[in-house]
Amino acid sequence: MENYTVERSKVELTKEDFVSDQMVKWCPGCGGHAILSSVANVFPKIGYRKENFCMVSGIGCSSRFPYYVNTYGFHGIHGRAAAISSGVKIANPHLSVWMATGDGDSMAIGGNHFIHIIRRNIDINIMLFNNQIYGLTKGQYSPTTPMGSITKTSPQGTIEHPFNPGELILGAQGTFFARAVDTNPKLMTEVMFEAARHDGTSVVEILENCVIFADKTHVQITSKDLRDDHQIHLKNGEPMLFGKEKKKGIRMRDSRLEVVEIGKDGITEENILIHDQYQQDPGLHLMLAKMTPPHLPMAMGVIRSAMYPTYDDMVEEQIKFAKENSKIKNMDDLLNSGDTWIID
Amino acid sequence: MTGKNKKQIIEKEDVVVKFVGDSGDGMQLTGTLFSDNAALAGNDLATFPDYPAEIRAPHNTIAGVSGFQVHIGTNKVHTSGDLCDVLVAMNPASLKSNLKWAKMGATLIVDFDSFDDKAIEKAGYKTNPMDDDSLAKFNLIKAPISSMTKESIKELTTDVKTAEKSRNMFALGIIFYIFNRSFDQTFKVLDTKFKKNPLISEINKTVIKAGYSYADHVEALASTYEIPRAKLDKGKYRNITGNVATAWGLLAAAEKSGRPLFLGSYPITPATEILMELAKHKSLGAKVFQAEDEIAGICSAIGASFTGSFACTTTSGPGLSLKSEAIGLAVITELPLVIVDVQRGGPSTGLPTKSEQSDLYQALFGRNGEAPVVVIAASSASNCFYYAFEAGKIAMEHMTPVILLTDGYLGNGSQLFRIPKMADLPKINPPIAQPNDPDFKPYRRDPETLVRKWALPGTEGLRHRIGGLEKENIIGTVSTDPQNHQIMTDLREAKVQKVADFIPNQKLTGEENGDLLVVSWGGTEGAVLSAVEVLQKEGKKVSHAHFHYIMPLPKNTNEILGKFKKIIVCELNSGQFVNYLRMKQPDFKYLQFNKVQGLPFVVSELTEAFNKILEEK
Repeated sequence: MENYTVERSKVELTKEDFVSDQMVKWCPGCGGHAILSSVANVFPKIGYRKENFCMVSGIGCSSRFPYYVNTYGFHGIHGRAAAISSGVKIANPHLSVWMATGDGDSMAIGGNHFIHIIRRNIDINIMLFNNQIYGLTKGQYSPTTPMGSITKTSPQGTIEHPFNPGELILGAQGTFFARAVDTNPKLMTEVMFEAARHDGTSVVEILENCVIFADKTHVQITSKDLRDDHQIHLKNGEPMLFGKEKKKGIRMRDSRLEVVEIGKDGITEENILIHDQYQQDPGLHLMLAKMTPPHLPMAMGVIRSAMYPTYDDMVEEQIKFAKENSKIKNMDDLLNSGDTWIID
Repeated sequence: MTGKNKKQIIEKEDVVVKFVGDSGDGMQLTGTLFSDNAALAGNDLATFPDYPAEIRAPHNTIAGVSGFQVHIGTNKVHTSGDLCDVLVAMNPASLKSNLKWAKMGATLIVDFDSFDDKAIEKAGYKTNPMDDDSLAKFNLIKAPISSMTKESIKELTTDVKTAEKSRNMFALGIIFYIFNRSFDQTFKVLDTKFKKNPLISEINKTVIKAGYSYADHVEALASTYEIPRAKLDKGKYRNITGNVATAWGLLAAAEKSGRPLFLGSYPITPATEILMELAKHKSLGAKVFQAEDEIAGICSAIGASFTGSFACTTTSGPGLSLKSEAIGLAVITELPLVIVDVQRGGPSTGLPTKSEQSDLYQALFGRNGEAPVVVIAASSASNCFYYAFEAGKIAMEHMTPVILLTDGYLGNGSQLFRIPKMADLPKINPPIAQPNDPDFKPYRRDPETLVRKWALPGTEGLRHRIGGLEKENIIGTVSTDPQNHQIMTDLREAKVQKVADFIPNQKLTGEENGDLLVVSWGGTEGAVLSAVEVLQKEGKKVSHAHFHYIMPLPKNTNEILGKFKKIIVCELNSGQFVNYLRMKQPDFKYLQFNKVQGLPFVVSELTEAFNKILEEK
């Protein structure tokens, strides 16, 4: 299948090429600042012409993003970024389309569009800012808020089972899913670059801290004392090791994942799973995406990156085929096709 | 072609034939085959399919009746006709529910075999209408259609289902006889349709011939009719439905503007045919995206419009409700977008397969904030082509969403269409910003038209951001400044009002002044014009103004309305356009004639209403 790749830049771009002249209006300490900085680092490295980037968003704190990068940008309406960006990419496959969205925007009001863009595998890079709260409306629980959390609309604690975005994405037949935390810019840059390289819908979930309404919501994963034991950075082709000394590992036992220690009970590196992000079968990817502390570490990095045909490529293929094979080449042909007769 | 038993041939100017039966009886196909045949014979025509929302409603019930009405004539045919001259009824339920649409003395052709006790009871008859004298004022032909169909094809097949399915062709054969029609064209169509199954084609042809020869032997059919060729303008013609014409009009606008067509749409009755039609034309570069819902349909179109496609979305009433918020987004981002609303009976799911004009308020006002859009309406199946084209032209040249209102009656109905040459259609000039234009700002406007430039992603030197938040005039950054919001609100309104400078003046049929001006809009043109013509022939001082441009109104609207003693506005709703006129043109007193029954106007009810008004002091 032919790929309708994006035109490359003739000159080397820098971070400055994407700096917006707009004042960034996120709260001091918001994870958004770090994400913005990572994007500005990644865009010049991708190598596309700067005019070919298009940033689309919905509504929420995350969705102010297009104003803060100097690209073509479209700030949409609540929940609809996936639908808008689908139109952008299908209409012009030569654009590198990026979407900034949040857990409210994509998991709640825009849930329908979110699963369908993934199912179609349209080549769009989605940055899902997951701060587990509605920030812009000032602190109501979202579909990813942990059960029992006290928020403005759950004074006695939420009674809803939260979504794990990774599970939802893979359930919708996602071909690319990566996860990063806003406190690790190096990892964010790395996975966003991988997302850009992937043909198809790529979703990067960024565990983001909302300092005002859900401060430390990810503390079990991000705090200095816990992060080594509660995170595992998956790398393709490498054993799934983690912990300060990289002595802990993930193995499969009785169809379940478990944490083991190298050197204990005769465990060697041989027993540890090797990460294969390109595997078509999503079974293990789903298990990895679902891992949560304290029993299992949260998976970071690229969890899945499987090759499937993209919707936008197939649209172009069908049009190309139709143009080559149809007798109808223009409107005059169409108007005069089929049963017609002359009256004189 | 003449039968063995030569009968008297009577020449008629026009005739209305209605085919009715159970929803699985193939009435739509029968009607289409007859109308295509009539078109090729040179008659002008209009058709009206009338079918239930269910694909297969309970057998032999009134709810399951499906109909197809064809009006053919020697003169210009404006409507699909009020009452029919010939009613073909395939079962008791269809006869019962449609008898009220048959003219006094009409020929009724019924499948006599279908009138068994069970079916008669299911239709709600107390006694068998074949036996009592309830049909005495009609020319009743009790044709044993089921049994004769079976008999005629016994050498080709013994399959009961096939015989059952071919009954409609027997009825068609009878109709071909009555109207002296040639089989040739219809046989050709059947051969093409059943290319992969020649036996089915053979069966259908055999049954048509059997129906024809049956009719030739029926004494009750004392005469046959000839409807001479219509006196149409010279040119090349085809038959077209409103929905296909709409699809083609959109494609034509894409070609004339040089912008590729993008359709984001979700299936909904009665608009789905536009989506299906456009999906066929990838060879013309049309990108058709069947979205997950109505909102994604319009939002994908907005995304495509941002990148420079001629973007459209098609829907019907409930879908337009779902699209409201996104239409507001297209208003504030000032992107071209065509929203086609094939109106149906509402509110809510309402009457999905019936026609109404009740979305006008929604089109004009159904959004949050001050959100003006252009609203235009087609008035016939064939001019859906031109108004779809016009919607595209206005949207792209004025950088605005345009709502095109058609309705189920127009969308499903068909008409003769004189094929235009693309070279004769006007050019469409979208205001595309040039690369590295030093003056480009997202909301800098043409001083004449107030239209902003369309700057396409990928273009060098034009990176910019737009969106649903209010923007600062000219420079396009986010702004909450009170004065700026006033300025932007006024500019958006003024830009849409300026479209009035680019649309034709309102036309009038009849004298420029008189006793009564009849006003209508959209799909009712045929019926209203026919009624006005009746009165004009009687020497009454009545004229007709049929509106296609609703927001903004044509510039001469006030002038036209001011020259009549009385004005009556006729609509298939409770008075939406008349109230809009009361608001926009408050100098006049308006009478109104409304009907909300899911049915088109009939000419007689209109003439009656107009005469009454003329008599009143």
